[in-house]
Amino acid sequence: MGVVHGDISGKGANAGFLIDSYKNMLLIRRVEEKIAELYSEREMRCPVHLSIGQEAVAVGVCMNLSKEDTVFSNHRAHSHYIAKGGDINRMLAELYGKAEGCSKGRGGSMHLIDLSANFIGATPIVGGTIPLTAGSALASKFQNKNNVSVAFFGDSAVEEGVFSETVNFSSLHKLNVLFICENNLYSVLTPLKDRQPQREIFKIAQGHDILACQADGNDVLKVCEAAKEALRHIKSGKGPVLIECMTYRWLEHCGPNDDVNLGYRTEEEVIEWKKKDPIKMLKEKMIKEKIIGNDLLEKIELEILDKVNNAVKFAKNSPFPEKESLSKHVYAE
Amino acid sequence: MRKITYGEAIREAIDQSMEDDPSVFVIGEGVPDIKSVFGTTKGLAEKYGNRVMDMPLSENGMSGVCIGAALMGMRPIMVHLRLDFLLLAFDQIVNNAAKWHYMFGGKANVPLVFRAIIGMGWGQGAQHSQNLQAIFAHIPGLKVVMPATPYDAKGLLISSIRDNNPVVFIEHRWLYNTWGHVPEELYAVPIGKAKMVSSGKDLTIVSTSYMTAETLKAINVLEKYGISAEVIDLRTLKPLDDTLIINSIKKTGKLLAIDSGYYTNGFAGEIITRVSEKAFEFLNAAPQRITLPDIPTPSTPALARYYYPRHINIIQKVCEMLGKPSNEVEKLLESERKKDPKHLDVPDESFSGPF
Ligand SMILES: Cc1ncc(C[n+]2csc(CCOP(=O)(O)OP(=O)(O)O)c2C)c(N)n1
Repeated sequence: MGVVHGDISGKGANAGFLIDSYKNMLLIRRVEEKIAELYSEREMRCPVHLSIGQEAVAVGVCMNLSKEDTVFSNHRAHSHYIAKGGDINRMLAELYGKAEGCSKGRGGSMHLIDLSANFIGATPIVGGTIPLTAGSALASKFQNKNNVSVAFFGDSAVEEGVFSETVNFSSLHKLNVLFICENNLYSVLTPLKDRQPQREIFKIAQGHDILACQADGNDVLKVCEAAKEALRHIKSGKGPVLIECMTYRWLEHCGPNDDVNLGYRTEEEVIEWKKKDPIKMLKEKMIKEKIIGNDLLEKIELEILDKVNNAVKFAKNSPFPEKESLSKHVYAE
Repeated sequence: MRKITYGEAIREAIDQSMEDDPSVFVIGEGVPDIKSVFGTTKGLAEKYGNRVMDMPLSENGMSGVCIGAALMGMRPIMVHLRLDFLLLAFDQIVNNAAKWHYMFGGKANVPLVFRAIIGMGWGQGAQHSQNLQAIFAHIPGLKVVMPATPYDAKGLLISSIRDNNPVVFIEHRWLYNTWGHVPEELYAVPIGKAKMVSSGKDLTIVSTSYMTAETLKAINVLEKYGISAEVIDLRTLKPLDDTLIINSIKKTGKLLAIDSGYYTNGFAGEIITRVSEKAFEFLNAAPQRITLPDIPTPSTPALARYYYPRHINIIQKVCEMLGKPSNEVEKLLESERKKDPKHLDVPDESFSGPF
């Protein structure tokens, strides 16, 4: 099985597509920056895992998906949720523990859902939703649908048994699954080299006889090219694909702060990765190719600012769930 | 005597056990890193080198690895930041560790400690704050230990490490910053022995772990109101020492069992059953329990507030059991509620994690 080669130059991508990718990444960035800014008010009373620096993975993949395609995710889910079209008002309300949150306050940041966008669910037990993605694809098969089910997970999730079990089964039945491994090199404070041998993660999937490749996870066009190719492969009935996207988390594992003071990674390393800021890189490319000018950039910023402020306002104004509702939703009716 | 925290007591127990016995090693996610499992493995990597190991995120496989090492003469301590993560290792713990000694006619044994921490607060929600002690206590072959004080944490962890059986050693995150007297030397608190932490005559309260802390808070208030409760801290759920409980019931005739787990099939139910079996004739009222409701943990503090039982619920229940007039009880509860901090989802307002 070969490797999917993304179109490095990104030529062929039209201007509208680039601008949309930019908008989506910027929206994720600004939402999470706002969360980081407001977190010290201690009103969002749940753990938050921010994906600042990793936006290109979510956007590059989700730009290729249609609404019917389903997405499952993990603890670091804001970017996936937003990129798939999840309602940000309800996401923010969820972080504030409110009744109008996407999980009615039951879940917090680590349990996001928006069924209207086919964002089926994100949970924080590492690896927990990977097999569910294959289950979603199996359902599609029974229902004669050709949509694709996408699993987003981190580099540590491939260490869990369910990962291999799921890839094996998906390969066996040629299920419409797209596995997206966001390799940000760390699991909490533990570097990859202390957890896995020096082999690339995508090669594990190749061992299960599925198409797999690595992509520059900070270059939205490369992620996009790889995902496009993968979806073509999957939809033509050739079975699942795994893309390992190399990227980097800028902030601490959990919470709104910088963490170079902890010493588990060097300041130089963080600086090097920040130079590869996915949003800045796309912006510079678009300016250089005269796809976008200052006016439009400013307009986009303002539009996004508005959306983010509205979401915060919605969240803060939303009521808390009633005490009497505590036992609601334990069982379905 | 010297005072240290619950977390430091755990660290010291591991340190001294490793010094004492070269077959002891520690393994778990983040064990050697700077945060060192809330400080409980701090400095050990520097001191003991490769006997202090990080591990891949492979709870089930790694539990099996530890069982294999234990079979071959090592004494692993496996650390989990959350009790919830042990669910991924349930197969190895229940099918192999718990039963190995029995299945092979006593020819081999598994001296292995699973340290696991119960999370609570800050909206961690359904998958990061479960109290699953009753599930482990259900399994023959496992010992289940749940210390409430720094003294017991150190002494019981040392006993657990020395024990020739698999021990699920359950810690509570909200006890980590509690202080208490802890001897500097290596000492063992025996597994399977409950402790009377307060003697009294009006009723018997049986509790464990963090709920013992809430109980002590409650009886302080009750004492001022003229109620004298006998409090027994279980310390070990399995094997269960019921003699202390039975003797106490013979004196008080009333039982309130308190557990941080769910209501149905929880450990409080087991305590009530034991007492009903063994001291029925001494009971002069129906035994009562305080537990979590049969509901997963909600993330929002607006609901978590009413989800977790606290000292106020204990005060109320005790007063009910003793037939105190409801207007007086309401007054008492009202004055307690006034003392409530604004937020109940943190152990104290200065607490900002890590959770
Ligand atoms: C089964 C399980 N074990 C441990 C944890 C604790 N934990 C939460 S996130 C995390 C690291 C995950 O790393 P990775 O999958 O690479 O994703 P990243 O956080 O880097 O995005 C760990 C160890 C958990 N949530 N679930």
